[in-house]
Amino acid sequence: MAGQSALRIVWIYPDLLSTYGDQGNALIMSYRARLRGHEVEQLNVRSDQPLPVQGDIYLIGGGEDRPQRLAAERLRKDDGLQRAVEGGATVLSVCAGFQLLGHSFYDDEQGTLPGLGLLDVTSSRGTVRCVGEVVSQPDPALSVGGKPLPRLTGFENHMGTTAVGPDAKPLATVRSGNGNGAGTGVDGAHAGRIVGTYLHGPVLARNPALADLLLGWVDGDPAPTKADDVWHEKLRAERLAAIGA
Amino acid sequence: MTEPSGPALAGAQLPARAKVAVAAGKLTGAVSRAAGRGSGAVVGGRIALKLDPELLRRLTAGRACVLISATNGKTTTTRLVAEALRAKGPVASNALGANMPAGITAAMADDRDAEFAVIEVDEKYLPGVAEQTKPRAIALLNLSRDQLDRAAETRMMAQKWRDGLAETPATVIANADDPLVVWAAGRARDVVWVAVGQSWKDDAWSCPQCGGVLHLDSDDWSCGSCDMRRPQPQWALDGDELVAPDGARVGLTGLKLPGRANRANAVSAAATAAVFGVEAQVAIQRMEHVTAVAGRYDTVTYRGRTLRLLLAKNPAGWLETFDLVSPRGAAPAGPVLLSVNALSADGTDTSWLWDVDYTRLVGHRVLVIGQRRLDLAVRLQVAGVDFQVFDDVEAAVDAAPAGAIDVIANYTAFQQLRQKVGA
Repeated sequence: MAGQSALRIVWIYPDLLSTYGDQGNALIMSYRARLRGHEVEQLNVRSDQPLPVQGDIYLIGGGEDRPQRLAAERLRKDDGLQRAVEGGATVLSVCAGFQLLGHSFYDDEQGTLPGLGLLDVTSSRGTVRCVGEVVSQPDPALSVGGKPLPRLTGFENHMGTTAVGPDAKPLATVRSGNGNGAGTGVDGAHAGRIVGTYLHGPVLARNPALADLLLGWVDGDPAPTKADDVWHEKLRAERLAAIGA
Repeated sequence: MTEPSGPALAGAQLPARAKVAVAAGKLTGAVSRAAGRGSGAVVGGRIALKLDPELLRRLTAGRACVLISATNGKTTTTRLVAEALRAKGPVASNALGANMPAGITAAMADDRDAEFAVIEVDEKYLPGVAEQTKPRAIALLNLSRDQLDRAAETRMMAQKWRDGLAETPATVIANADDPLVVWAAGRARDVVWVAVGQSWKDDAWSCPQCGGVLHLDSDDWSCGSCDMRRPQPQWALDGDELVAPDGARVGLTGLKLPGRANRANAVSAAATAAVFGVEAQVAIQRMEHVTAVAGRYDTVTYRGRTLRLLLAKNPAGWLETFDLVSPRGAAPAGPVLLSVNALSADGTDTSWLWDVDYTRLVGHRVLVIGQRRLDLAVRLQVAGVDFQVFDDVEAAVDAAPAGAIDVIANYTAFQQLRQKVGA
């Protein structure tokens, strides 16, 4: 974000992919970026608008098959996200948004469809719907303020199974719930500055440290945001206790 | 099978099997009531339907039926239509909101003689209940996201309605301002369009027909990619007035139920009652007697304080209640108590809290209770709202600053509050 006055948060296609309170991730990212002293410009880009390539953080959320298919088509044609990623932008993708960043994903009507190929993952259709609370242990390589990222908590609701290829690593090991599909034992993926997960809730409301990780990638400050996280911490403790983790 | 015919069923016309089913249902209902398990209607209806799967069809045959469905406002609108139709004759109705087949069957078995049946129907069951009850009119008010972990996607619901109501002989009264409802009613033969607004837009940016981007203006909408557009309405809500198809205006300021959403419900209800020959003026006058619906909008005194009880089950519902407690342009007033649960009847995923614009409560003192009060606390902190969290309603009410307290709760939280405050 060198040379820019404001930190730019781009929420991709809220008209299509905001089924699971995905606005929350944008609100929390903006809230914490301001606490870090940044001016924040939040851009909600609808699917009939060109995607700006100058964003610092791109957020893409969840949705059902049809909006996912439409979003993938429009993003492939637009090419803005691909160019932003080449330029070093940070991306948080959730559920359907996570799947469509990969090589391919499955659509009920049209079968296997191409994704954007920005993340080395491949998604297909599982046999059971994964619905409920998830707890996972993040990749220890991911740290904020010199400490590994704490456990992730969230809510999943999907039928996808996602295989992580050699050019990406799973975001976390699943302790409870399903993540990338029943039996995979892992959730999400990360590579470079792209993070994907099946967790909503939204994921940053439950895991403010994950927001700090992404913000640190953007502004170069590895320290956690100086925020009053009492309510976040109480919520985390309650959710972890609720599934006995 | 002999289908009973003619108006106002007499009990003797039911076949023996149906009579047994009705009797068993009532007995089960009575036992359930005696055991203190609610009204007993649902469990009684369930038993009765097991004994005679055709019971709902039989119990509604020969009556003039109206079905009402929506994501929000269906219980209230059902009550308003029932009030209006009482101008013409006795009405049977599932007035307490038991809106799945068992609850509907129980309500119909409870009142076998009423000439009219005004039935609230859960969205998922609308096509099936329409097939069984052969309604003269079906009112479709709105569709938006609700209970994400259980219900299908909103557009799938619209698709279900569209397929289920194709070629229905009923007159469909449909909200021209809700693109999902317009598409859902699109294959029905006889549609009366009412323009009653839909404040919540976030489920209607994508064209339900082609997936194109919809252009939504304040009072018009159209698709940029196909021929979907807002139909020309015959009825409309214009501020505080109903506008009838002949241009006549009826004032709505006499309604006791508060807010824009209830004025919209009243216009839809008047358009529905008009199918049965009730004049709008008469219909609205009758609706003015309704002060609360199944506890909603009720004002109660609790621990020496005045509480107004408001139900909000989903983002669209919250948006409408904010218009009541914090009208746009008005200075923020009294304390607001919020309660959110995530039991299975509410949906166990609380992500939707982030779809609700809680910044509308900035300036109010907000008191937070409920099973998921911590989710709400995080949400309110990020929205910049002044809030306090309490373990129970007693503590929250005692700590509230002066003034009448507006209470907004989601489904099971609302039921729990009603029990506690005696509404």
